[in-house]
Amino acid sequence: MRKEWPLWEVFIRSQQGLNHRHVGSLHAPDAETAVRNARDVYTRRKEGVSIWVVPSAAITASTPSDKGPLFDPAEDKVYRHPTFYDIPDDVGHM
Amino acid sequence: MSADATIAPLAPARPVDDLLAAAPELRAPLVTGLCRLGDATLILGHRVSEWCGHGPALEEDIALANTALDLIGHTQMWLGLAAQVEGRGRSADDLAYHRDAMHFRNPLLVEVPNGDIGRTLMRLFLFDAWHHALLERLVSSSATEIAEIAAKALKEVHYHLDRSSDLVVRLGDGSEESHARMQAALDLLWPYTGELCFGDDTDAALAEAGILPEPGDLRSAWDATVRETLAEATLAVPEGRNDVQRGGRQGRHTEHLGYLLAEMQFLQRAYPGAEW
Repeated sequence: MRKEWPLWEVFIRSQQGLNHRHVGSLHAPDAETAVRNARDVYTRRKEGVSIWVVPSAAITASTPSDKGPLFDPAEDKVYRHPTFYDIPDDVGHM
Repeated sequence: MSADATIAPLAPARPVDDLLAAAPELRAPLVTGLCRLGDATLILGHRVSEWCGHGPALEEDIALANTALDLIGHTQMWLGLAAQVEGRGRSADDLAYHRDAMHFRNPLLVEVPNGDIGRTLMRLFLFDAWHHALLERLVSSSATEIAEIAAKALKEVHYHLDRSSDLVVRLGDGSEESHARMQAALDLLWPYTGELCFGDDTDAALAEAGILPEPGDLRSAWDATVRETLAEATLAVPEGRNDVQRGGRQGRHTEHLGYLLAEMQFLQRAYPGAEW
Protein backbone atom coordinates (compact mmCIF):
# COMPACT_ATOMS: atom_id res chain seq x y z
CA MET A 1 0.00 0.00 0.00
CA ARG A 2 1.28 3.45 -0.89
CA LYS A 3 1.73 5.53 2.27
CA GLU A 4 2.08 9.03 0.76
CA TRP A 5 -1.07 10.95 -0.15
CA PRO A 6 -1.02 12.21 -3.75
CA LEU A 7 -0.12 15.81 -4.51
CA TRP A 8 -2.73 18.39 -5.56
CA GLU A 9 -2.29 21.81 -7.13
CA VAL A 10 -4.45 24.49 -5.53
CA PHE A 11 -6.10 27.39 -7.35
CA ILE A 12 -7.93 30.12 -5.48
CA ARG A 13 -10.12 32.95 -6.67
CA SER A 14 -9.57 35.96 -4.47
CA GLN A 15 -12.21 38.43 -3.32
CA GLN A 16 -11.58 40.79 -6.22
CA GLY A 17 -10.04 38.53 -8.86
CA LEU A 18 -12.12 37.03 -11.64
CA ASN A 19 -9.87 34.06 -12.34
CA HIS A 20 -8.49 31.34 -10.13
CA ARG A 21 -4.77 31.68 -9.50
CA HIS A 22 -2.30 28.98 -8.63
CA VAL A 23 -1.30 29.41 -4.98
CA GLY A 24 0.61 26.23 -4.19
CA SER A 25 0.20 22.53 -3.63
CA LEU A 26 -0.67 20.09 -0.85
CA HIS A 27 -1.15 16.42 -0.10
CA ALA A 28 -4.57 14.81 0.33
CA PRO A 29 -6.06 11.33 -0.09
CA ASP A 30 -8.80 12.53 -2.47
CA ALA A 31 -10.28 15.62 -4.14
CA GLU A 32 -12.85 16.37 -1.43
CA THR A 33 -10.21 16.32 1.29
CA ALA A 34 -7.90 18.36 -0.89
CA VAL A 35 -10.50 21.16 -1.01
CA ARG A 36 -10.87 21.01 2.77
CA ASN A 37 -7.11 21.04 3.29
CA ALA A 38 -6.76 23.92 0.85
CA ARG A 39 -9.33 25.84 2.88
CA ASP A 40 -7.27 25.27 6.01
CA VAL A 41 -3.82 25.81 4.50
CA TYR A 42 -4.41 28.58 1.96
CA THR A 43 -7.47 30.63 3.00
CA ARG A 44 -6.74 31.35 6.68
CA ARG A 45 -6.53 35.09 6.05
CA LYS A 46 -9.61 35.51 3.89
CA GLU A 47 -7.65 34.98 0.69
CA GLY A 48 -10.38 33.40 -1.31
CA VAL A 49 -14.00 32.89 -2.27
CA SER A 50 -13.56 29.77 -4.41
CA ILE A 51 -11.13 26.84 -4.52
CA TRP A 52 -10.11 24.50 -7.33
CA VAL A 53 -7.87 21.50 -6.82
CA VAL A 54 -6.27 19.48 -9.61
CA PRO A 55 -4.19 16.31 -9.22
CA SER A 56 -0.61 17.38 -9.88
CA ALA A 57 -0.22 14.22 -11.95
CA ALA A 58 -2.89 15.52 -14.36
CA ILE A 59 -0.78 18.51 -15.31
CA THR A 60 1.45 18.13 -18.35
CA ALA A 61 4.25 20.65 -18.20
CA SER A 62 6.72 21.85 -20.79
CA THR A 63 10.22 20.67 -20.03
CA PRO A 64 12.77 23.27 -18.95
CA SER A 65 15.28 22.03 -21.55
CA ASP A 66 12.79 22.93 -24.31
CA LYS A 67 12.78 26.55 -23.15
CA GLY A 68 15.00 27.74 -25.98
CA PRO A 69 13.19 26.17 -28.93
CA LEU A 70 9.77 26.96 -27.45
CA PHE A 71 10.12 30.55 -26.39
CA ASP A 72 13.20 32.17 -27.91
CA PRO A 73 11.79 32.42 -31.47
CA ALA A 74 9.18 34.91 -30.22
CA GLU A 75 11.90 37.25 -29.04
CA ASP A 76 12.60 39.01 -32.36
CA LYS A 77 9.02 39.09 -33.58
CA VAL A 78 7.94 42.44 -32.18
CA TYR A 79 5.36 42.75 -34.96
CA ARG A 80 3.25 40.21 -33.07
CA HIS A 81 2.48 42.91 -30.55
CA PRO A 82 -0.40 45.10 -31.73
CA THR A 83 1.69 48.28 -31.46
CA PHE A 84 1.89 49.21 -35.14
CA TYR A 85 -1.61 50.56 -35.55
CA ASP A 86 -2.73 54.17 -35.42
CA ILE A 87 -5.75 54.34 -33.18
CA PRO A 88 -8.29 56.98 -34.22
CA ASP A 89 -8.90 59.61 -31.52
CA ASP A 90 -12.62 58.72 -31.49
CA VAL A 91 -11.83 55.29 -30.11
CA GLY A 92 -10.56 56.77 -26.90
CA HIS A 93 -8.69 54.79 -24.29
CA MET A 94 -8.04 51.15 -25.09
CA MET B 1 -27.59 18.44 12.56
CA SER B 2 -31.34 18.88 12.59
CA ALA B 3 -32.99 22.06 13.78
CA ASP B 4 -36.06 20.45 15.24
CA ALA B 5 -36.62 22.55 18.35
CA THR B 6 -35.19 25.99 19.00
CA ILE B 7 -35.53 27.46 22.45
CA ALA B 8 -38.51 29.76 22.53
CA PRO B 9 -37.62 33.11 24.05
CA LEU B 10 -40.31 34.44 26.37
CA ALA B 11 -39.90 37.82 24.73
CA PRO B 12 -37.75 39.31 21.93
CA ALA B 13 -34.04 39.09 22.75
CA ARG B 14 -32.82 41.74 25.18
CA PRO B 15 -29.36 42.76 26.39
CA VAL B 16 -28.10 40.77 29.36
CA ASP B 17 -28.12 43.90 31.57
CA ASP B 18 -31.86 44.39 30.92
CA LEU B 19 -32.59 40.73 31.65
CA LEU B 20 -30.68 40.91 34.92
CA ALA B 21 -32.31 44.20 35.94
CA ALA B 22 -35.67 42.41 35.70
CA ALA B 23 -34.40 39.17 37.28
CA PRO B 24 -31.28 39.81 39.42
CA GLU B 25 -31.43 36.27 40.84
CA LEU B 26 -30.28 35.02 37.43
CA ARG B 27 -26.85 36.66 37.70
CA ALA B 28 -25.08 33.81 39.53
CA PRO B 29 -26.58 31.01 37.38
CA LEU B 30 -25.74 33.00 34.24
CA VAL B 31 -22.08 33.41 35.25
CA THR B 32 -21.94 29.65 35.82
CA GLY B 33 -23.71 28.94 32.53
CA LEU B 34 -21.33 31.17 30.58
CA CYS B 35 -18.28 29.64 32.32
CA ARG B 36 -19.56 26.20 31.36
CA LEU B 37 -19.59 27.27 27.72
CA GLY B 38 -16.27 29.12 27.84
CA ASP B 39 -14.46 26.47 29.87
CA ALA B 40 -15.59 23.73 27.48
CA THR B 41 -14.17 25.58 24.46
CA LEU B 42 -11.06 26.70 26.38
CA ILE B 43 -10.04 23.25 27.62
CA LEU B 44 -10.82 21.56 24.31
CA GLY B 45 -9.04 24.36 22.44
CA HIS B 46 -5.98 23.82 24.59
CA ARG B 47 -6.09 20.05 24.08
CA VAL B 48 -6.32 20.47 20.30
CA SER B 49 -3.52 23.04 20.35
CA GLU B 50 -1.25 20.39 21.87
CA TRP B 51 -1.08 18.90 18.35
CA CYS B 52 0.51 22.04 16.93
CA GLY B 53 3.76 20.93 15.31
CA HIS B 54 2.98 17.24 15.95
CA GLY B 55 0.18 16.57 13.44
CA PRO B 56 0.42 13.44 11.29
CA ALA B 57 0.64 15.59 8.14
CA LEU B 58 1.25 19.29 7.55
CA GLU B 59 -2.31 19.73 6.27
CA GLU B 60 -3.84 18.05 9.34
CA ASP B 61 -1.54 19.98 11.65
CA ILE B 62 -2.76 23.31 10.28
CA ALA B 63 -6.38 22.20 10.26
CA LEU B 64 -6.15 21.23 13.94
CA ALA B 65 -4.44 24.51 14.82
CA ASN B 66 -7.23 26.39 13.04
CA THR B 67 -9.83 24.48 15.04
CA ALA B 68 -7.99 25.20 18.28
CA LEU B 69 -7.87 28.91 17.45
CA ASP B 70 -11.59 28.94 16.62
CA LEU B 71 -12.33 27.40 20.03
CA ILE B 72 -10.07 29.86 21.86
CA GLY B 73 -11.85 32.64 19.98
CA HIS B 74 -15.20 31.38 21.28
CA THR B 75 -13.67 31.24 24.76
CA GLN B 76 -12.72 34.91 24.64
CA MET B 77 -16.32 35.79 23.86
CA TRP B 78 -17.97 33.45 26.41
CA LEU B 79 -15.59 34.17 29.28
CA GLY B 80 -15.55 37.87 28.37
CA LEU B 81 -19.32 37.94 28.77
CA ALA B 82 -19.10 35.83 31.95
CA ALA B 83 -16.66 38.33 33.47
CA GLN B 84 -18.89 41.22 32.45
CA VAL B 85 -22.00 39.61 33.96
CA GLU B 86 -20.09 38.72 37.11
CA GLY B 87 -19.21 42.41 37.51
CA ARG B 88 -16.28 41.94 39.87
CA GLY B 89 -13.65 43.53 37.67
CA ARG B 90 -12.24 40.27 36.33
CA SER B 91 -11.41 39.77 32.64
CA ALA B 92 -11.66 36.73 30.36
CA ASP B 93 -7.93 36.21 30.88
CA ASP B 94 -8.35 36.30 34.67
CA LEU B 95 -10.98 33.58 34.43
CA ALA B 96 -8.83 31.46 32.10
CA TYR B 97 -5.49 31.81 33.86
CA HIS B 98 -6.25 32.49 37.51
CA ARG B 99 -8.82 29.91 38.46
CA ASP B 100 -7.93 26.54 39.95
CA ALA B 101 -9.29 23.24 38.64
CA MET B 102 -12.21 23.09 41.09
CA HIS B 103 -13.54 26.39 39.70
CA PHE B 104 -13.60 25.18 36.10
CA ARG B 105 -16.98 24.14 34.75
CA ASN B 106 -16.11 22.21 31.58
CA PRO B 107 -17.56 18.76 30.90
CA LEU B 108 -15.05 15.97 31.60
CA LEU B 109 -15.05 14.90 27.94
CA VAL B 110 -12.80 17.80 26.91
CA GLU B 111 -10.10 17.23 29.52
CA VAL B 112 -9.41 13.58 28.61
CA PRO B 113 -5.87 13.45 27.15
CA ASN B 114 -5.60 13.49 23.34
CA GLY B 115 -4.24 9.98 22.91
CA ASP B 116 -3.59 9.16 19.25
CA ILE B 117 -5.00 11.17 16.36
CA GLY B 118 -7.94 8.76 16.20
CA ARG B 119 -9.02 9.51 19.76
CA THR B 120 -8.43 13.23 19.19
CA LEU B 121 -10.70 13.24 16.14
CA MET B 122 -13.33 11.03 17.78
CA ARG B 123 -13.48 13.40 20.77
CA LEU B 124 -13.75 16.39 18.46
CA PHE B 125 -16.59 14.72 16.59
CA LEU B 126 -18.53 13.76 19.74
CA PHE B 127 -18.09 17.34 21.01
CA ASP B 128 -18.82 19.02 17.67
CA ALA B 129 -22.13 17.14 17.33
CA TRP B 130 -23.19 18.58 20.69
CA HIS B 131 -21.63 22.01 20.09
CA HIS B 132 -23.48 22.39 16.79
CA ALA B 133 -26.84 21.38 18.28
CA LEU B 134 -26.28 23.80 21.17
CA LEU B 135 -25.34 26.79 19.01
CA GLU B 136 -28.29 26.18 16.69
CA ARG B 137 -30.49 26.85 19.70
CA LEU B 138 -28.40 29.63 21.22
CA VAL B 139 -28.88 31.82 18.15
CA SER B 140 -32.43 32.36 19.45
CA SER B 141 -31.42 32.98 23.05
CA SER B 142 -33.40 35.63 24.94
CA ALA B 143 -30.06 37.37 25.64
CA THR B 144 -28.85 39.47 22.70
CA GLU B 145 -25.13 39.02 23.40
CA ILE B 146 -25.46 35.23 23.61
CA ALA B 147 -27.42 35.04 20.36
CA GLU B 148 -24.76 37.16 18.64
CA ILE B 149 -21.83 35.08 19.89
CA ALA B 150 -23.65 31.89 18.89
CA ALA B 151 -24.32 33.17 15.37
CA LYS B 152 -20.63 33.90 14.88
CA ALA B 153 -19.49 30.59 16.37
CA LEU B 154 -22.06 28.49 14.51
CA LYS B 155 -20.41 29.09 11.12
CA GLU B 156 -17.08 27.83 12.44
CA VAL B 157 -18.59 24.88 14.25
CA HIS B 158 -20.52 23.90 11.15
CA TYR B 159 -17.15 23.39 9.47
CA HIS B 160 -15.71 21.64 12.54
CA LEU B 161 -18.52 19.08 12.50
CA ASP B 162 -18.29 18.68 8.74
CA ARG B 163 -14.60 17.93 9.02
CA SER B 164 -14.57 15.74 12.12
CA SER B 165 -17.52 13.61 11.00
CA ASP B 166 -15.88 13.12 7.61
CA LEU B 167 -12.64 11.96 9.23
CA VAL B 168 -14.44 9.67 11.67
CA VAL B 169 -16.15 7.97 8.72
CA ARG B 170 -12.91 7.70 6.74
CA LEU B 171 -10.92 6.24 9.63
CA GLY B 172 -13.73 4.09 11.04
CA ASP B 173 -14.46 2.65 7.61
CA GLY B 174 -10.79 2.63 6.70
CA SER B 175 -8.12 0.01 7.30
CA GLU B 176 -8.33 -2.72 9.93
CA GLU B 177 -5.88 -0.74 12.06
CA SER B 178 -7.72 2.59 11.81
CA HIS B 179 -11.09 0.90 12.45
CA ALA B 180 -9.75 -0.76 15.61
CA ARG B 181 -8.29 2.51 16.88
CA MET B 182 -11.50 4.46 16.25
CA GLN B 183 -13.60 1.82 17.98
CA ALA B 184 -11.21 1.85 20.97
CA ALA B 185 -11.43 5.66 21.06
CA LEU B 186 -15.23 5.56 20.97
CA ASP B 187 -15.37 2.93 23.72
CA LEU B 188 -13.06 5.02 25.92
CA LEU B 189 -14.87 8.34 25.37
CA TRP B 190 -18.45 7.08 25.38
CA PRO B 191 -18.96 7.17 29.19
CA TYR B 192 -18.07 10.90 29.14
CA THR B 193 -20.57 11.97 26.48
CA GLY B 194 -23.73 11.80 28.58
CA GLU B 195 -22.62 14.73 30.73
CA LEU B 196 -23.05 17.07 27.75
CA CYS B 197 -26.81 16.59 27.87
CA PHE B 198 -27.23 16.24 31.63
CA GLY B 199 -28.80 19.28 33.31
CA ASP B 200 -28.93 20.59 36.88
CA ASP B 201 -30.78 23.37 38.72
CA THR B 202 -28.60 26.08 37.18
CA ASP B 203 -29.46 24.83 33.70
CA ALA B 204 -33.15 24.71 34.60
CA ALA B 205 -33.17 28.33 35.80
CA LEU B 206 -31.44 29.56 32.65
CA ALA B 207 -33.66 27.45 30.39
CA GLU B 208 -36.79 28.81 32.01
CA ALA B 209 -35.63 32.34 31.20
CA GLY B 210 -34.95 31.28 27.60
CA ILE B 211 -31.26 32.20 27.96
CA LEU B 212 -29.67 28.77 27.48
CA PRO B 213 -31.38 25.54 26.40
CA GLU B 214 -32.06 22.67 28.77
CA PRO B 215 -29.12 20.27 28.13
CA GLY B 216 -31.51 17.33 27.89
CA ASP B 217 -33.25 19.00 24.93
CA LEU B 218 -30.05 18.64 22.90
CA ARG B 219 -29.92 14.88 23.37
CA SER B 220 -32.08 13.83 20.42
CA ALA B 221 -30.18 16.03 17.96
CA TRP B 222 -26.83 14.83 19.32
CA ASP B 223 -27.96 11.22 19.25
CA ALA B 224 -29.17 11.46 15.65
CA THR B 225 -25.93 13.03 14.38
CA VAL B 226 -23.71 10.64 16.31
CA ARG B 227 -25.58 7.45 15.43
CA GLU B 228 -25.84 8.32 11.75
CA THR B 229 -22.12 9.08 11.48
CA LEU B 230 -21.01 6.07 13.53
CA ALA B 231 -23.16 3.77 11.40
CA GLU B 232 -21.56 5.17 8.26
CA ALA B 233 -18.17 4.70 9.92
CA THR B 234 -19.04 1.02 10.60
CA LEU B 235 -18.40 1.64 14.32
CA ALA B 236 -20.51 0.00 17.01
CA VAL B 237 -22.24 2.29 19.51
CA PRO B 238 -21.10 1.05 22.95
CA GLU B 239 -23.83 -0.69 24.91
CA GLY B 240 -23.11 0.74 28.37
CA ARG B 241 -24.58 3.93 29.80
CA ASN B 242 -22.95 7.08 28.49
CA ASP B 243 -23.53 9.27 31.56
CA VAL B 244 -21.23 7.49 34.00
CA GLN B 245 -18.39 10.02 33.95
CA ARG B 246 -19.74 13.40 34.91
CA GLY B 247 -19.23 16.17 37.44
CA GLY B 248 -16.99 18.56 35.51
CA ARG B 249 -19.84 21.02 34.99
CA GLN B 250 -20.15 21.17 38.79
CA GLY B 251 -16.38 21.49 39.36
CA ARG B 252 -15.52 17.83 40.06
CA HIS B 253 -12.73 17.01 37.62
CA THR B 254 -10.44 14.18 36.59
CA GLU B 255 -6.77 14.31 37.53
CA HIS B 256 -5.98 15.32 33.94
CA LEU B 257 -7.31 18.88 34.27
CA GLY B 258 -4.72 19.84 36.89
CA TYR B 259 -1.83 18.88 34.61
CA LEU B 260 -3.43 20.70 31.70
CA LEU B 261 -3.88 23.88 33.76
CA ALA B 262 -0.33 23.66 35.11
CA GLU B 263 0.92 23.97 31.54
CA MET B 264 -1.72 26.39 30.25
CA GLN B 265 -1.56 28.76 33.22
CA PHE B 266 2.17 28.61 33.93
CA LEU B 267 3.15 31.89 32.32
CA GLN B 268 0.41 34.01 33.92
CA ARG B 269 1.00 32.35 37.30
CA ALA B 270 4.76 32.89 37.17
CA TYR B 271 4.55 36.39 35.67
CA PRO B 272 1.10 37.79 36.56
CA GLY B 273 -0.17 40.30 34.01
CA ALA B 274 2.60 39.56 31.51
CA GLU B 275 1.73 40.84 28.02
CA TRP B 276 3.32 40.62 24.59
